[in-house]
Order: sequence, then structure tokens, then C-alpha cells
Amino acid sequence: MRYAETGFNLEIDLTRGSIERVPTDPRHTEQHLGGLGTNAKLFWDRVPPETEPFSEDNLLIFGTGLLTGTPAPGCNRTILSTLSPQTRLFAFSMMGGFWGPELKHAGYDKLIVRGKSPELVYLWIRDDEVEIRDASHCRGLGTLETAEVIRQELNEPHAQISSIGLAGENRVYYASVEQGRSSASRLGLGAVMGDKNLKAIAVRGTKDINIADPMKFIGLCNDALKFIKDRNEKPIPGVMPILAGLGSPQEMAIHDEKWHTESFAWGNARTRRKGFWTEEVETLWTNTMENMRTRLLSCHNCPMKCGAAISVDTRMCSYMMKCFSKLTYTMGAFSDLEFGLRIAQKATEHGVDAFTAPQTMAFAVELYEAGILTDKEMPGFPEGNEERFYWLLDKIVKREGIGDILANGTHWAAEEIGKGAMDFAHNNIKKHEQLPLKLGMLNPIYFLMYSTGEKINITQIEGNFPQAPFPTREEREAFCEDWPQVPDQKFKDYFLNWELRGENSIPNYPTVEMTCDIVDWQEMMHYIDDCTGMCAGLSSFPLKPPFHIHNLPTLISAATGFDLDEESLKHVTKRNRNLVRANNLRRGMTRADEKPPADHWKKRFPELEEELMDKYYAFKGWNREGIPTRQTLHDLDLDYVHEDFVKRRILKEEASSKGSTS
Amino acid sequence: MADKEQKKKKIIKTIKVDVDKCNGCRACEVICSAFHSAPRYSSDNPGRARIRVIREPLSDIYVPVFAGEYTPAECAGRNKYIIDGKEYDECAFCRASCPSRDFFKEPDSGLPLKCDTCESEPSLEEPMCVQWCLADALIYEEREVDEDEAPARNEVDVGLESLVDKHGWEKLVDAVARLKKKS
Repeated sequence: MRYAETGFNLEIDLTRGSIERVPTDPRHTEQHLGGLGTNAKLFWDRVPPETEPFSEDNLLIFGTGLLTGTPAPGCNRTILSTLSPQTRLFAFSMMGGFWGPELKHAGYDKLIVRGKSPELVYLWIRDDEVEIRDASHCRGLGTLETAEVIRQELNEPHAQISSIGLAGENRVYYASVEQGRSSASRLGLGAVMGDKNLKAIAVRGTKDINIADPMKFIGLCNDALKFIKDRNEKPIPGVMPILAGLGSPQEMAIHDEKWHTESFAWGNARTRRKGFWTEEVETLWTNTMENMRTRLLSCHNCPMKCGAAISVDTRMCSYMMKCFSKLTYTMGAFSDLEFGLRIAQKATEHGVDAFTAPQTMAFAVELYEAGILTDKEMPGFPEGNEERFYWLLDKIVKREGIGDILANGTHWAAEEIGKGAMDFAHNNIKKHEQLPLKLGMLNPIYFLMYSTGEKINITQIEGNFPQAPFPTREEREAFCEDWPQVPDQKFKDYFLNWELRGENSIPNYPTVEMTCDIVDWQEMMHYIDDCTGMCAGLSSFPLKPPFHIHNLPTLISAATGFDLDEESLKHVTKRNRNLVRANNLRRGMTRADEKPPADHWKKRFPELEEELMDKYYAFKGWNREGIPTRQTLHDLDLDYVHEDFVKRRILKEEASSKGSTS
Repeated sequence: MADKEQKKKKIIKTIKVDVDKCNGCRACEVICSAFHSAPRYSSDNPGRARIRVIREPLSDIYVPVFAGEYTPAECAGRNKYIIDGKEYDECAFCRASCPSRDFFKEPDSGLPLKCDTCESEPSLEEPMCVQWCLADALIYEEREVDEDEAPARNEVDVGLESLVDKHGWEKLVDAVARLKKKS
């Protein structure tokens, strides 16, 4: 018997209309766990680097995490992988919600979609019965509208549905896959789904998920719930409210937005507005949220309430929102919270990423004001900022006029527009729009995370180490007293000696070596979560979470029957990290791509930055170009990756000295 | 006084459901199905749960309902209730394991399921769904009440009486004789 996983993938070829239930190799689970790890393995084996994002050969993988759907609190994530139309790299974007557990209960660990359907279709998965059904009547419908139509048509109120809106149908490079409570938004997975002519996937599952060591496993789950209950009553002092608790930042519950509105940049990620957060604004925005938010919401089997039902019309719930999408439209358009919550409803129905979409719209506004885009390209462009955003959203999701260019994101749009437009696409990493953050002094930890993170999204890389030093040693000592989550005691010393000013402050402290350790720890936790399907909000993202490197090996072992300890879990994670990177390296990613936006910090330190990159690459077992060495790959049982690298001349066959490319 | 002391007491187990506090996470379904699996916690499957959150996210309806009695037929007519502007189907509050819906029955065999408030040896302080509901939408209460003085009536008697009421003695005796012959 297979434990925690089902042992089967569902393979759909939309070109041929074929449906197969395929048993998986249990050794792959041992080597890569599940979720992202096995997605990366499938991708390596089956999607050669010549593949185009919009081609029949590109796979769209919906991979549940290894523990998704088990009673482990917060294990509800689905990891979507495909070749991104925007970065042209291996994309992985996650969603929580309810869809993943439903797929697992239907008897599948992954849904793997290839080919292209000649007509718009949706999938209906009801345990062993799987159908490809006509979706022509859903064409142009919103993501939530589609889900409602399908639920009624199937007469299945309990079906969980992932769908795309107009943006996905029209292959907008930042189209999302939405499932109501949650979405996989980054990197254009919805565009690939649209290219495959797949409008939605409805799932209903009524099968068991088995646990290898039930009493031990449930004991760990009970411990975690108790921890969460206590931790929720004890927010961490000394950090801003949204970082004091568990979960993703509690944007739906917390009204104090001083930090976001004054530290993050408005418009096209340009303008800091110090002093913006007045009592008047606070009252207005608090009222807006209190009036429009009808309920705080959780994902499957999670006690946190990171999401909310938002009402913008007569319905009690017009759509569901979470996290920082609360402010991205508001700040992109220099508007207020009510505008942000209203336009987000349309954007959610159309299915676009709430980071990239407002950034791209603000980019267009700036280009227009700079005279690079004119009334010739944008006939009828309205006057006011808010009207402009609605106008642009409409053009983009329909790919009408200028929208057809803007639908490719700021990088590709700037390239097509020319006339110096590239200077306005200034907030990208690896061609992908980032959080609108523009800060003063380089922070070495964030520099490395931004540069080397292949999730290409800082919130999915940062986490367990405090973002900033605490002012006094007493506060730091108090923080360290109760910090069993650290993989090693040295992290406490790193933090204890980290000062706001003086010798032990950024950019020279944490030192390069410490920075490598800290970045590696935070990244490792995210990679573990993306394989288990554990929400980052209970593990890799917040300070002092219930799940960490000391209890996750036991949790995974109790669920699966594996014999994992910390060292072996770290080893598997390292293997997955390198395999994700390998997928990107053979698609042409190089060291030159690994850098934050040039204007992310005002004060930069080129020599220090070079040293950070050199040392971190070496720390990871990569050469100066960021390519895993033969030895590294061999130690991780990835010799086949090395062979491929040699064949493609990414690595030279024989090399020994440090300066060479091996 | 003496009379009253002799009166029997019984414990009524109640799970209070605060629908305003429900965040729709379905942890109650997960842990219920895990607790009732054999061996205990060896699997989970909300499809087998004896509690379901009736969810209609776009109507903001979240009602945890516990499995009650089995009924062979669905209701002929159903009421709708409008509460705080939200329209609830009567079924949203109904605990029956009934043919009109696909829960409160084993997915494979179709046998009805019923909440037993996690009765077990040793007994739990609270049913598992309550323990796992950190939102406090489910609150467990035990109330001591005086037992009814009238002895509990035999179920067969109740059923037969209702049939006599409906069809008369003669028809009923005939039917019993006919059935007995058949078996």
C-alpha cells in the first residue's frame, strides 16, 4: 500500500482526447517526495529545453503535495508547474484552497495535461470516472462564474473547480488559475491552460488517503494545533503586526497599513509616500474593509484565516481575496482601498496575477504620461487613474489594441514598444514583475534571495529569520529564548549580534558566510513545503512556526512510512533544489539573469554583491556560473543531469580546477 | 423531596454550532473521518465524515451539520429560510442521511453514517471535531436533565401504532401474515 500519496497520476492528452490513470514509481517519491520535487523530475524527463511554452509538448502539471489531503493541518497545496510564457523558464506557482485535497481523494497525486484541445473543454474527475466535456458555453465567463455554471450543470455542489477567465483564454502572460478561495497566479500558468483550450477542471473525490503510522502522525498533528492555538495568542513583540503571527500576512484582518503604504512604492513601483498613513486614511480604509469584508476564510484543514469574502455588490460574497492583493491595485493606481477591492473583483473573474497586472497597468500609465504611448496607440484612454485602470484591464484581458502588447507583461511589452520603454520595465527579475519595493541600503540576505530565487517571488523565498534586527540586545535575547525552530544554534548568535547601526549592521553584517547560511535555511524550508504541500504560512514563511526542520522529518515519516531524519530530508531537498535549477539552466538561465532590479536599493555595493554571489554559489556546490558541479550532481544521484549538461555544453566534460566551468 | 432524588438523570450531549464563526476549513470533516477509520486515524476521507460543512461560498453560507438518523425517503416539500438576508435551503440544517444528497453515507457501500460524538474507551473530553475547530464554531456542552418519567417506548410499538392509525387493524394483520408466509 502507498501511504500519504495515492500512487497514481492522471494523464490527459487533450490533442488525442486520451485519459490514462498511470501508476507512479515509488522510488521517485523517495527521491523527490512529491509536489514540486516530482514535478521537476517529470519536467526534466519529459519537457526538453527546445519546447515552446505554447506548444502541445509543454506540460501543465497540477501536483499535490506529498502530505496534501492528510490530516496534517495546512497541508492543502497544489503545486502547478509548466514552462512560463513570460520567463520562458520552469514555473512553479502554488495554490491552497480545496482543490488539491479533492484530487488526492479522487485517487490521483498529480494531474498532468499535455496537448491542445481543438475546442474549449473542461475536465470532470469523479473518482475513477474522468470525462473531457464541452466548455463552449463557458467561453468568456469569469473564473467564479465558470465554476458556478459547471457545479450546476454537474449537479455537484461539492465539486472543487479550478478555472481560467478571459485572461487565460486569451493567453495573457500573467493569467492565473483560480479556484475561489485560492489561486496560482504567478508566471502565467493560466495562459498555458488557455493555450491548451482547457477552461476548467472540476474534481470530486471520495476515496481514503492512508497513513503509515496513524497514532504517531495524529499525535504530531494534535501537537501542531495546540502550538498554533498558543502561538495565535502570543504575537511576537517588536515586529509589525502582519509579521507577528502565523499564516500568510493577515492582510484581511489587520487594518494598520502604515508599513505597506509608506514603505512600498506606489504607481509603477516608483513613489514612496512618507506620511501617507494619517488618522483620516486609517478611519476611511478601516470602514471600507469592515463594510466590504463579510467573513474571514480558511483553506482546507487549516485553522488560520488568511482569506476573506469580499462583497462589492448585493452578494454577500462577490469573490475571495487574500494577502497583499488587498493593496496592489490601490497603490498601482494611487487610489484608495475601496477602488482596490472593487477592481480586484473584476481582475479575479478575468483571472490575472494581482502583482503583475497592476504593475503593468501602472507601467502603461507612465509610458502614456512620458509620451511614449500616445492617443494613437491608446485611443479613448480616459483621464482619471481609476478609469484608466479599468480601461487597461479590459483591453489586456481581451488582448485588444494596446492590450495585446501589455498582455505580455512589462518586459516583453517594453521590448515591443521600444522608444526607451525598457527603462520603465524596471521592477523585474528574470522578466517577471516583483513586489513594488524600493529601499535605501542593500540588505545582503535579500540580495541573495532576490538574485538566486527560482520561484522569482520574494514572499516565496523569505521567512523564518527576522527581516530586520531588533533595536536592543534585551529584545534580541528575549526573541532567542524561545526559538527551537533554528536548524542550528549559530543562527541565534547571528541574530543576537545583528545591530541596527554600527559595525554589525547591514550591508556588512550578517557577514557573507552568515548570509549564505540564512538564505539557505529559508530557501530549504520553502522547498520542503512545496514538496509536502504544507502551506508556507505554517512553516517556511512566518517567524516561529509550528512546523520546522526538527519535526517535519518525523511528520513526513509517520505519514509515508519513510525513514527520514533531518539529514536525509535536507539531502532530498537539496536534490530537488538542484533539479529545479537544472531545468532552468538548460533553458539558458545564467548568472547574468540572477540579479535584483537595479533600483531595488539606492545604495549598492558591487564588490560585496559579487562576493555574495561567488560564495553562495560555492556554498551550494555550484561553479562560478551557478551551475551545479559534477561532484554536487553525483552526490545527489543526479548524474543524468551532469551527462545532459555535458552533452549540451553547459558543463565541460573533464574539469577539476576551481576556475574552470565545471 | 425524596421522590425527586430518585428521579433518574441523563446527560444530553450537545454540540453548539456558531455558523458566524465557521471559516469553512472542513477540519471537522477531516478529523471525523480519520477518527472513525479502522484502525483509528489510519486514513482520512471527508466523504465518510459524520459532519459536513454545508458550504456555499458565494452566498456566504457555512453550516456544519452532524449526521443524524437515516431516512429512506427525501422530503416531498422543502422550506427555505431567509436569515440575515441569506437564503438557506432546509437541507442546510437537516441531519438526516437521506437519498437527496451524497453525504452521511459510506461512499462505497452507501450505508448510512451517524454522529456518535466520538464515543470511545477511554472516552474523549470532547468530540474530535470540536477539538479541531480552533475557530470555536463548534462548542461541546453536556447538560444534565431529568429523565422523562414515562418509560421509553418500544420502537416497534411506535411504528406499528402509526401503521394501525393509517390502515386499520385488519389490513395490518393481513399484511403481516402475507409477509411471514413469503419469508
